[in-house]
Amino acid sequence: MHVVVLQFPGTNCEYDTKYAFEKLGAKVSIVWHEEKSIPSDTTLVVLPGGFSYGDYLRSGALAKHAHVMDAVKTYADNGGYVLGICNGFQILTETGLLPGALKRNDNLHFISKHHHIKVVSNDNKFLQELNVGDVLNIPVAHHDGNFYIDSDGLTELKANNQVLLQYCDSDGRNQILNGSVEQIAGICNKNKNVFGLMPHPERAMEMLLGCDDGIKMLNGFLK
Amino acid sequence: MKAIVNIGLKKGVLDSGGKATHHTLQTIGFGDLVADVRVGKQIIMELNTTDKDKAMAEVTKMCKDLLANTVIEDFEIILEA
Repeated sequence: MHVVVLQFPGTNCEYDTKYAFEKLGAKVSIVWHEEKSIPSDTTLVVLPGGFSYGDYLRSGALAKHAHVMDAVKTYADNGGYVLGICNGFQILTETGLLPGALKRNDNLHFISKHHHIKVVSNDNKFLQELNVGDVLNIPVAHHDGNFYIDSDGLTELKANNQVLLQYCDSDGRNQILNGSVEQIAGICNKNKNVFGLMPHPERAMEMLLGCDDGIKMLNGFLK
Repeated sequence: MKAIVNIGLKKGVLDSGGKATHHTLQTIGFGDLVADVRVGKQIIMELNTTDKDKAMAEVTKMCKDLLANTVIEDFEIILEA
């Protein structure tokens, strides 16, 4: 298992992400955005959280044109697994590897706290270790996490089990966090090899820091 | 030639910034006058061409590829000699 974590100027979760996957037993490399290729033995590419290119223009918009993204697109088109967390999710929607877009939170606040999310679909590599309906406690920290997709797009997402996670309360009842369509917190593409979510599983790896529900999530990639 | 690009959220996509600005305009006494507020952004570019058709075609490409996110935003291009 060789996890490649991308690093753009302004990325700030690459070392947490490296720590998380190393804890699970993976070999992890951090790859700078100017690289034109990724290692040939890559088994997962992670676009971590942060503020790539200062979030100028739109969150994730400038990272779309980074050199390394051409290699990531080719990797994903060939069926390679790609995970975008927070800013990484924004980059994946901007790139078109995932449908929809992430808008400014409806209340205009930067939201930073632990929040519950529930598993909506698990017929995919990422959440295979979890059951539908499982409630997880995972930190969120974002300003632009308000997932938008038009009604045709939403119908398609649901028809293909592409809605992965929804914001909820501790009992699993849907709860509005940031204005996302149907409280969506994470999705995947149609082929189920590209995943994106706003919450940060890599920050929920140690009970010392309050919660380790992230282990159950990220572990799916190592199975 | 100058290109002015106006970008805003599509109709039907909730503009929270516009809504908050509208609310504040109401609280400072402009509620009767202002029916709706949309907040967008403007990008102004100096272009090295005098060819209007070329400018329009190229700036349209820029908008689709980078300047606007057409999933949620509309754009308008104004060219000035």
